[in-house]
Amino acid sequence: MKIEGKRALWREYQKAIADDHYFYVRSCVRQTFFPGAEKAFIEIMKNRLGKDLYEEPIHTTCTGIAYHSDIVPLETTMTVVARQFALMTENGYENLAVSCVTSFGVYSEVLETWHHFPETEEKTREMLWKATRREFKKPANVAHASDILYKFRDQIAAQAVYPLINRHTGQPLRVVEHIGCHYAKMFPHKGVGGAEYPYVLVGMIESWGGEVVDYPERRHCCGFGFRQYLIQANRGYTFSNTKKKFDSMAPYKPDMIITNCPGCPMFLDRGQYAIAELEGITYGENGYGIPVFTFEEVAGLVLGFDPWDLGLQFHQVAVEPLLDKMGIPYDPAMKYAGSGGKFIGSPELPEVLKC
Amino acid sequence: MENLFDRLQKDIRFVEGLKACINCGTCTAICPAAAFYNYDPRKIAMTVQRNDEQELEELLKSDTIWYCGECMSCKTRCPRGNTPGLIIAALRGLSQDLGYFIESEKGRQQLAIKRTVGDWSVKHGYCLYLEGVGTDLHPEQGPVWDWIQKNWSEVYKRIGANYQGDGPGALRKIPEDTLDEIKRIFDITGATERFEKVEKLSAKKAAEMKMDIGEDRTSEYFLHVYNTNSNKHYRS
Repeated sequence: MKIEGKRALWREYQKAIADDHYFYVRSCVRQTFFPGAEKAFIEIMKNRLGKDLYEEPIHTTCTGIAYHSDIVPLETTMTVVARQFALMTENGYENLAVSCVTSFGVYSEVLETWHHFPETEEKTREMLWKATRREFKKPANVAHASDILYKFRDQIAAQAVYPLINRHTGQPLRVVEHIGCHYAKMFPHKGVGGAEYPYVLVGMIESWGGEVVDYPERRHCCGFGFRQYLIQANRGYTFSNTKKKFDSMAPYKPDMIITNCPGCPMFLDRGQYAIAELEGITYGENGYGIPVFTFEEVAGLVLGFDPWDLGLQFHQVAVEPLLDKMGIPYDPAMKYAGSGGKFIGSPELPEVLKC
Repeated sequence: MENLFDRLQKDIRFVEGLKACINCGTCTAICPAAAFYNYDPRKIAMTVQRNDEQELEELLKSDTIWYCGECMSCKTRCPRGNTPGLIIAALRGLSQDLGYFIESEKGRQQLAIKRTVGDWSVKHGYCLYLEGVGTDLHPEQGPVWDWIQKNWSEVYKRIGANYQGDGPGALRKIPEDTLDEIKRIFDITGATERFEKVEKLSAKKAAEMKMDIGEDRTSEYFLHVYNTNSNKHYRS
């Protein structure tokens, strides 16, 4: 892959990312499917990077999934977003750190709408006051959580215990990076590297020792499509698009996939299970899938966190092939243990996908 | 009565989404929905641009406007700065406001959207609710998720989440007074009105189809709109 031209494009899309004092808003999807990832992010921010990050317990959904499946109007979403900003203001913060990519897109869309149509901001302020008696200042900085780890990627690299290197061959791991559509496709200047050549995950991969895999459908959607996944009758849309991505990347034999959106890793992980059971197709080595990770999980692995503390047992596609390549020790007997090592059974094995 | 085009122009997303389409088809080339459904965002942009009321009404009553996945890939690539995905959002809003959504198979699915992510947002403070996304409605989630669902209290405790707990943390319980604030926001900004309209018109359609609308996610009509696929939506 010749990357000189892409590097030039990436440089055109730089964004300011706050250095400290973040107001953290969680993701409905990430906290449900990858709760260990959010925990790892907070741990890394506070204890490895020494940053101030605050989570207000009474923040809520931004309504993003309901908004993009068109069951709530824009006015509702703008007012719920305004409430999040009000909580940030009340707690003395001005830098928003967003866990979810759909939320990041929603915050960006709301702020852009207010910028271009100031009367909508005024109306939102009225609605918020009427409903909650709250007022807000707009954030000085809005960053996706992946922007923040990108900013501090070299500090994480300096503490690396397990770099993205194949311990058996000494070669860099081959990594597919997948960017959630709403990170930069709507507002390219709000993403590191823009929409066509986002650099946010590439920067982490390169800093932590891996090699980025380029492939034809690199920028294709994971297949979520909001109402297309939420409704069972439409779910063929989701997994047809997921399959399109895997068919495109498989010939390049990636060792792993890293994502910045909370939904994409779930679809790329579960999609491999669904495609295997429906079509008999697997994309990894020897009947396994290609392990899929969130960026927080990869940062945690690089820093030496225990894989089961990170919640990698929540994945359907087995992560062990990648752990073995990185030389990360793990206790197979503890993978599906409950709290305090309590035995709570283990998942059934799929018929086709090897786990 | 105000015509449909005028109503669309009141939606900021329509104003932002349609500048002047040159019918080049770049949006269709990049569109995941066009790769799967018999769907062409270029035609959507052309139809709304023609300002033909009858054509617009047919579009609002059709399956076509419900095929888009709102990934917004079209926004990045359009050489004219249009966003067919935003035009779709405006069309879907109007289709629900006018009650036209019940005229199509895909439009009728809005009842299931309302009773899942819509209701969860206002009742639990999350648009995705852990106990609502089990393998009964999501069999593709697979055996690991099934295991998590059967052991969620223990599994989430192991991972350090604050499931149903007070204070911060993943899956924390959203306090009642916060949910009251969200409810008031929904009431005064139009979400509650949309919810009620979707329920009321779906009930009318269910009666026409001689199905029980019920009140939850197990009723005959809910499961019908959630599961039914006539398989007439694809390219031949």
